[in-house]
Amino acid sequence: MVIAEATTVKLSEIDAVLKQVNALFPNAATKDTNGSLVVANDKLVDVANYLKDDLAADYCSSVTSVDYPDRFEVVYHLYSVSKQEGPLVMKAHADKGNPIVPSMVSVWAGANLQEREVYDMMGIRFAGHPNLKRVLMWEGFEGYPLRKDYKEPYYEEEKKPYDSRHPGGHHQRAEERVPWGKNVQYPAGFDPDEMTVIKTENLPLVDALDLRAGRFKTDRFIVNMGPQHPSTHGVFQMRITLDGETIVDLEPVMGYLHRNHEKIGERNMWLMNMPFTDRLDYICSMGNNLGYALAVEKLMGVEVPERAQYIRVIMAELTRIANHFWAIGFLLNDLGAFFTPSLYAIEERELILDLFEMTAGSRMMCNYMRFGGIAADLPEEFLPLCHDLVYNRMNRKIDEMDTYLSQNEIVLARGKGIGILPPDMAINYSTAGPVLRGSGVPYDVRRAQPYSIYDRFDFKVCTRSEGDVYARYAVRLDEMRESVNILKQAMNQLPAGPIMGGRKAWQIRVPKGEAYGRVENPKGELGFFVVSDGSANPYRYHVRATSYINLNVLGELCKGHTVADVVAILGSIDIVLGEVDR
Amino acid sequence: MAETNGHTSPISLIDDEDQFIIEQVKQSVLVTTVDKLIDLVDNINNWGRRSSLWPMQFGLACCAIEMICTAASRYDISRFGAELFRPSPRQADFMIVSGTVTKKMVPQIVRLYNQMPEPKYVISMGACATGGGPFKEGYNVVSGIDKYIPVDVYVPGCPPTPQALLHGLMTLQAKIDNESIRTARWYRSGEVEEAPIPILGPDIIDVRQIPDIRAEAMRVRAATQTVGGTATDRPDSTSTATAAKTLKVDGHAVSPKGKTAPPLSAERLAQVKSLKKT
Repeated sequence: MVIAEATTVKLSEIDAVLKQVNALFPNAATKDTNGSLVVANDKLVDVANYLKDDLAADYCSSVTSVDYPDRFEVVYHLYSVSKQEGPLVMKAHADKGNPIVPSMVSVWAGANLQEREVYDMMGIRFAGHPNLKRVLMWEGFEGYPLRKDYKEPYYEEEKKPYDSRHPGGHHQRAEERVPWGKNVQYPAGFDPDEMTVIKTENLPLVDALDLRAGRFKTDRFIVNMGPQHPSTHGVFQMRITLDGETIVDLEPVMGYLHRNHEKIGERNMWLMNMPFTDRLDYICSMGNNLGYALAVEKLMGVEVPERAQYIRVIMAELTRIANHFWAIGFLLNDLGAFFTPSLYAIEERELILDLFEMTAGSRMMCNYMRFGGIAADLPEEFLPLCHDLVYNRMNRKIDEMDTYLSQNEIVLARGKGIGILPPDMAINYSTAGPVLRGSGVPYDVRRAQPYSIYDRFDFKVCTRSEGDVYARYAVRLDEMRESVNILKQAMNQLPAGPIMGGRKAWQIRVPKGEAYGRVENPKGELGFFVVSDGSANPYRYHVRATSYINLNVLGELCKGHTVADVVAILGSIDIVLGEVDR
Repeated sequence: MAETNGHTSPISLIDDEDQFIIEQVKQSVLVTTVDKLIDLVDNINNWGRRSSLWPMQFGLACCAIEMICTAASRYDISRFGAELFRPSPRQADFMIVSGTVTKKMVPQIVRLYNQMPEPKYVISMGACATGGGPFKEGYNVVSGIDKYIPVDVYVPGCPPTPQALLHGLMTLQAKIDNESIRTARWYRSGEVEEAPIPILGPDIIDVRQIPDIRAEAMRVRAATQTVGGTATDRPDSTSTATAAKTLKVDGHAVSPKGKTAPPLSAERLAQVKSLKKT
């Protein structure tokens, strides 16, 4: 009887879900003031399995944690891709002394890297996790940085604005305030002589392991690709276990660009984080701005004026085109067409960057959106140029790419049938964006849960059913065409009016609460989880980084292929290390 | 100066026959001093060097995107002869440190720098590589790559535009133009010192600071023992301190670049102590 009802229960209706869960698992769950499902630790795996199997919560979007004075809270944001609904916010509590929570990897494989990140940043251990090691910091690093009691070497005060950077009227450099003249701190009584460096993945090395002795003796060995490698799209490392030329296992190793986005974000005031979001996925800064603005606007409840909404959409779609040009150009770079297709792609991106520069003042780091609107109106020259670009140039250039690349023999040979990702696996591993849609899953946040004003536009959710490198390439090409479509509609409908809503204030006060804002960024679903305690700074600020979570599946995709294919598969996932490592 | 019948005779210009011969020799034979010769070699050398700088294909963060744009068709870095990005440090002339330098990445950057053959140059591109930039306060960010390797040109910006990077490149070329084989460090006798590669411990350890850190550890331990005599966080520390005097990496002993550690200066020790107290 209970099971029969389950199909009608919607994930977003927390009371119905709570009733259902408690009927099956007595006293397993409660509801907290933020409208989320708090599940007891010993029933967590059972409840999660139930939610996944019976309530179709098949997509674990984000796993993160919050450090409260009396407890740690692990937060799961669950969605249903098959029913296109959600979210359900599930929480588990862990005590401060010995924080252990059961791992969700057996339920949602996409939780793997995210749980490692929580362990790395907050020291919460996940029982049953297959590979619980530090991921962003190195093994042996002292402390768990995102805990509230962790203090950085350059620590000044708990929250910005700091009282004074100029004590006694003099400027004091951060280096002068710390003992070692550097951004370092050691535990008391630390003697480097007694230290044993744990050398796991930190330094490039080639290990020779004689694991197997058969008639044809091929040793398995580990090859480290990166962090300095021309095809890893930045400082990214892959530990590849090879048997002959075949890949047996691949482990992504990251953290070489971990620049403490979240810790700095929690010291910052709300608006100060806006320019930092630019530097997450630095190819699509406008999209990041939009995601953060939406998350905070959810808490503030501020109304965004029509004109600002349209301009936001125009900017977000221009970003998508720029990103996909870049991604396709560099995918071809990885396939061996060194730099020539990229040159054509970058040329188009430059034209879009010109539009950003004239509007926001910067080519890449736009810092353009504000809570309740945008920072500046469009300049006079913007619309004619944008119109020309959208109507006369973009489609022609996309077709040009299509003509020269799509039927290219090498692209076909190296793209088709390589790195196949089946749809159920794509959902289970929490992939998003073109990676998910390339596997034939028609899931696009713009359509599933329209944000901003995306419900007003007519566009297709582009999918391909093959799930290989070529399909992901083709999805990007199609999406660019759809973006041009949206741009045409948005420019035609662009109204006049104000660009900032809400009350003017010197300091932004965000009401107490939690919000999870997500947008369909060019690379996939970008989410911002913010917790406010009502003060001028965020209490918790977490970024659900698409590039990072898409890497969950990299190892599975590469197994059985050769090293040359790894490069193509990585290129087709399209990562940006600024977002992977944050 | 004598003029006869409107004709100017070369012979008549020169009174002395010897002088005439010297002039003739000067016209047909290159006469120079060692200084002038070296200047000439310098000019040719520097011209060649600055016109074909090969950068290392090495990107760290956002600035790398602008670096790629600089190499692309609109800004076209090949106008300056620096379009040949080499994936191997062995073939590269200069390194553009393009982005945030993190503690986890800095050992690799220093190693890459050491692997580059002389003459080698470093451009620090952007605020992060120069001094930590917006991420300076972060726990994993190095406050500028110049804490570990020498830098020739700093390019400001976040990120610097391609124009700014090109200006940085031109500044580097101007710097190369002023070089001389007389003063270049790679022509001097003696081995060129490698930049010491930092080690990742509980935090990043600059091997040049190991004596200081050791002294500080001894001081802290002595203080805790005299005050209470209670157990420190590592009770067996005094016994192991004498037993293990070498740093171990995966069980292999390494010494900080094989050099004897410089003695800790009294003033540095005092400085460390005073800072720790406050």
